[in-house]
Amino acid sequence: MSFIALVPGQMVAPGLLVTIGECVSRTIGLSVRVLEPILEPPEAYDPQRRQYSSTAILRLLIELRPQEAARLVAITEQDIFIPMLSFIFGQAQLDGRVALVSLARLRQEFYGLPPDEEVFRERACKETLHELGHTFGLTHCDDLGCTMSLATSIQQVDTKSATFCPACTILLAERLGRFGRSTARPSEEESP
Amino acid sequence: MKRQWKILVVDDEEVMRESLAAWLREDGYTVDTAASGAEAIRRVTADDYAICFVDLKMPPGIDGIETMIEIQKIRLDMPVVIITAYATVDTAITAMKEGAQEYIVKPCNPQEISLLVERIIRMKNLERENLLLRERLEKQYTFYDIISKNPKMAEIFELIRDVASLRSTVLIQGESGTGKEMIARAIHRSGDRVEQPFVAISCAALAESLLESELFGHERGAFTGAIERKKGKFELADGGTLFLDEIGDISPKLQADLLRVLQERSFFLVGGTEEVQVNVRVIAATHANLQEKVRAGEFREDLFYRLNVIDVRIPPLRERREDVPLLVRHFIERIALELGREITDISEGAIRLLIDYDWPGNVRELENALERAMVSCRERVLGAENFSFLVARAAEDERGWTPPGTQTLAELERKAIEATLRRTDGGVAEAARILGIDRSTLYDKIKKYGIKRG
Ligand SMILES: [Zn+2]
Ligand SMILES: [Zn+2]
Repeated sequence: MSFIALVPGQMVAPGLLVTIGECVSRTIGLSVRVLEPILEPPEAYDPQRRQYSSTAILRLLIELRPQEAARLVAITEQDIFIPMLSFIFGQAQLDGRVALVSLARLRQEFYGLPPDEEVFRERACKETLHELGHTFGLTHCDDLGCTMSLATSIQQVDTKSATFCPACTILLAERLGRFGRSTARPSEEESP
Repeated sequence: MKRQWKILVVDDEEVMRESLAAWLREDGYTVDTAASGAEAIRRVTADDYAICFVDLKMPPGIDGIETMIEIQKIRLDMPVVIITAYATVDTAITAMKEGAQEYIVKPCNPQEISLLVERIIRMKNLERENLLLRERLEKQYTFYDIISKNPKMAEIFELIRDVASLRSTVLIQGESGTGKEMIARAIHRSGDRVEQPFVAISCAALAESLLESELFGHERGAFTGAIERKKGKFELADGGTLFLDEIGDISPKLQADLLRVLQERSFFLVGGTEEVQVNVRVIAATHANLQEKVRAGEFREDLFYRLNVIDVRIPPLRERREDVPLLVRHFIERIALELGREITDISEGAIRLLIDYDWPGNVRELENALERAMVSCRERVLGAENFSFLVARAAEDERGWTPPGTQTLAELERKAIEATLRRTDGGVAEAARILGIDRSTLYDKIKKYGIKRG
């Protein structure tokens, strides 16, 4: 029985992981296991940008993923980047195994607003589903309400929902091999 | 529409290259990467890309700008986005002048790059649609930025290819706005001097003494204000190409000096005694009929023959009206990107109007007209109403001819000059050409009638 592994970085609240885990297993239909927290690798830290290199963290995650985990998503409090961009909300190996979601820019406080735990959790769920979607080979969706639509600003994160649109749901199901034969890389681990 | 487009990311730095590629792949594009300019050129030769992201800073050999120039030699309309760091923004601006679609300062906001990609892809989709349409219609010739399906232009393109690597002087004749400098650049870029400087100067813009020192440079103390030795355009263009625009306007003294450089391949700085050797290919251009000037004794015959080794005559736009629709679409795409406007098409009526108009200012006037129309356009499609100023221009021309009435010849002349200057936005050289008189004569008349310019 394959599962999705959630790995918290330093200081990620356990309650949040429960919320994300429930959301993921409800939406994707695979069981979720929360693994031991990890330390964001110090070599991934860019002191000039005061951010973590998303690529460097992903590299570590590839090594960390247990054989039995179909996918591994790390949730970090750190602000992450790729060299070209000032920040990213998350990054995934497209059609791969691992993904990373940053919580740094998902809180209202980041934008100078009063805290709102519910809004924050909702955003974290959306971004986790989105990055997981990428690991299942889904690319960005033109449906702005779909969790797979591209968000480059917090407004866009808030515009979309924590669900896949009908088209993405079908694609995801195909990738998961739930409807008969999987069209994408069939693999034992991915069959529920 | 996304999935049919490929994007190329060129950067020697692996993390940079691969992470941008991954980010674009998540957006649904097929992305190839190249770790060097040479690899990029190989890829572009083998495959078609919608966008090339090229990092400005790559190791010596072939840097970002060179890569871009080479890429655009292979696919001349390839949108190249130059990636730069803050420190090199100046160079990026130079890159824009060399033909980069856009430049991005890294790290940039994700929204910025996503909008940029979207905009270019939208243009590419449009382009592809138009291309499919066009292909069915007729063969089209493009050479660098010059677009035409006129057979005379095709001959010119062929000539350019043949003579690009020679040292022979080229004389380009054509009305204002026909793109003489673009032809000169195309010659430079397709030849073996491409790595060397291309230096352009308009001989009409400057007074004789200034032009002399601009061309040949001056020694320290050559005249009041000459604080240090200054290199002239000939020296700056050494090894490359010097483009002398409006050559028909230079004084007899400069004609003699120029003839000497062309013959001796050397010259003296203003106020200097030391002879400077140069290896420069001269491309001269003029809107005037130089042969007529020679006959009238205004231009040295020997200089004319020195310049006219290779003779390129660009037909005015009204003699190649079949190019108007092509140019219009090309400019709409470009200007829409520049203005960040979603204008994607032009109405049948508007196209007809543009084809019928005489374009005294040629391609440049067409480009300006489109820009003016697009700025005022509130729709996605340009309509005839956006070009009402052209109708007014044409009507004004006609009114100028019809009612002599009770006006004296002097009054008519004054009005004609005023109207023409309005049309050229105060440009005396162009007004003189339209009126068919010398610039100096026009200056005299402007003074005589007390006409205010611009
Ligand atoms: Zn995404
Ligand atoms: Zn969707």
